[in-house]
Amino acid sequence: MAVVYQKSKGLTDNELHYCPGCNHGIVHKLVAESLEELGLLDDAIGVCPVGCSVFAYNYFSCDMQEAAHGRAPAVATGIKRTHPTQPVFTYQGDGDLASIGAAEIVHAAMRGEKFTTIFINNAIYGMTGGQMAPTTLIGQKATTCPLGRTQEQAGMPIRVSELLSTLDGCVYAERVCVTDVANLNKAKKAIKKAFQLQMEGKGFTFVEVLSTCPTNWGMTPLKSIEWLKENMIPYYPLGVVKDTSAEVK
Amino acid sequence: MEKELWKGNEAIAEAAIRAGCDCFFGYPITPQSEVPEYLSLHMPQHGKIFVQAESEVAAINMVYGAAGSGMRAMTSSSSPGVSLKQEGITYLAGAELPAVIVNCMRGGPGLGTIQPAQGDYFQATRGGGNGDYRTVVLAPANIQEAVDFVQEAFDIADQYRNPVLVLADGLIGQMMEPIEWHDVSKRQLPAKDWAATGRKGRDHHNIINSLYIDPNECDDFNSHLAKKYQLIKENEVRWDTKDTEDAELLITAYGTPARIVLTALEQLRAAGIKAGLFRPISLWPFPEKPLHDLAGQSHIKAILDVEMSIDGQMIDDVRLSVEGQKPISYLGHAGGVIPTVEEMVEAGKKALKEAE
Amino acid sequence: MTAKVTFDRDRCKGCELCVSVCPKHIVAIDMESINRKGYHPAGVTDITLCIACASCAKICPDSIITVEKF
Repeated sequence: MAVVYQKSKGLTDNELHYCPGCNHGIVHKLVAESLEELGLLDDAIGVCPVGCSVFAYNYFSCDMQEAAHGRAPAVATGIKRTHPTQPVFTYQGDGDLASIGAAEIVHAAMRGEKFTTIFINNAIYGMTGGQMAPTTLIGQKATTCPLGRTQEQAGMPIRVSELLSTLDGCVYAERVCVTDVANLNKAKKAIKKAFQLQMEGKGFTFVEVLSTCPTNWGMTPLKSIEWLKENMIPYYPLGVVKDTSAEVK
Repeated sequence: MEKELWKGNEAIAEAAIRAGCDCFFGYPITPQSEVPEYLSLHMPQHGKIFVQAESEVAAINMVYGAAGSGMRAMTSSSSPGVSLKQEGITYLAGAELPAVIVNCMRGGPGLGTIQPAQGDYFQATRGGGNGDYRTVVLAPANIQEAVDFVQEAFDIADQYRNPVLVLADGLIGQMMEPIEWHDVSKRQLPAKDWAATGRKGRDHHNIINSLYIDPNECDDFNSHLAKKYQLIKENEVRWDTKDTEDAELLITAYGTPARIVLTALEQLRAAGIKAGLFRPISLWPFPEKPLHDLAGQSHIKAILDVEMSIDGQMIDDVRLSVEGQKPISYLGHAGGVIPTVEEMVEAGKKALKEAE
Repeated sequence: MTAKVTFDRDRCKGCELCVSVCPKHIVAIDMESINRKGYHPAGVTDITLCIACASCAKICPDSIITVEKF
């Protein structure tokens, strides 16, 4: 008998607290599996954010540090600079990374800090009950833009992969999603590649995962997948946004 | 032992290196910029880490990350920058991480001035961050103490798994004094088996965290911290005195103003007033009992507190310690204006007169 | 080839992601039962049709599905 698929050793046995259908659980698995398959679990140190995934330290089986809101890239800098041969990653949501942590992620990318950031973009603030995020789409409703986001009030949503790609220190940025198995496989490949490039010492690597938030979008998990495809992908195009890793020695 | 002439900030930086600091994360701000400048050159020379962070916020969080993974980490700043670090400091305390933070105080509030002041006593001892935590605070009065305290701070931080703040001021940062690089007492330190270093075969993963979302767990954790702080109170109180055995006027001061008080004592004594100095060195834990007992002596008639602060901040702790036993008056300036010997002598005489 | 698919039913949140990705359409929510969490858990309706692609297991956010084959 052969095992075709079982839960990764990179995850603990703890039950995930996420809502039904939340993409966090899927992405946690992809990160865990990537680390396991690359043989990096035993050396890995992860940094989790403030947001729905604040408890990620209970779900990943590697050593973990909880960071203050938005500060994960600075925390990861402190870890990676002093542990340069070990894999270090941050796992952050759109409030953590693109709002309060905007300075930290930009400067980590600017400095080319050799850690990997997994960015969960679900266009809303989950943990605190559905407020507008920097990535909330025009017209999308959230509790702090109840009539729908407008450009006049809140500006246009931010495309983080493109923003970070303007920095030389960022050598790889790809945007993916996990709406179906084909996209999930691409997402896993991207995450694995990001870690591989980190271990080769290439520079800052970044994977943006468009994700659903069924609860705060007010939809079923399956409907939210449709919403993501119809609304998020046109504004946040999937694919490799930057890959200069081959040019780095 | 040979004395060497050193500028305060550079000596503080060198002290960190000698204490085995693994990494320094900082940001320029007057009057402490020479600390990161010195370390930007010397840390790499010693194979250690230096990063100029994008802000003081980022710097304290880099300290958190490095400390959480078992390293000796330090940052330095001045008052407005230390305000930015308050979140990071409470997170360090909540995650029980060792770290050394140096504050070269300058005038405030807000942007203030670049001149020395002592307006951050509350911030340091009452914790500008949220929650029931404490930082050990050591206040040097000269560069020798600054370099000794910075070196000891790393051991104190490691021993108790707590941030330690060395509260200096712009005077100490900027002036030059002769110092000795003597051995600082070393402590027996526990292994950092709690650190998030990567499992490397460990049978469980380590988590660095300050979130205890269950209220009972949070209460228990805070009780644990309270026990630790009690232990620190029992072991880490420091203070110094001069001419207090027969003093009728007791002057309380910390840091650089205390040095000026020494001159004021001479002048007061020459004018027939028996004056003495009580100088707290650990601001937290504050030397409550020694000050309380001294204030209770019958020869003490009046107390004068002197600080580089407009209304005083340490004076609150002086009042709490003295517990109404003797009258307390105050002399101070803010904004980088330093109380003079003449002002201290005048205020001392006035304090005694009013006590009669 | 015989496939074996195990669902940890008490951990299932009934999100239906597994249902949506099964190429053989043999994964379904079991409306007849309610698990410890109060959800209708998912399960395989006809294991003989299973090709052990593990799509269900891969997409399950809670990693409750194990796929084996003989």
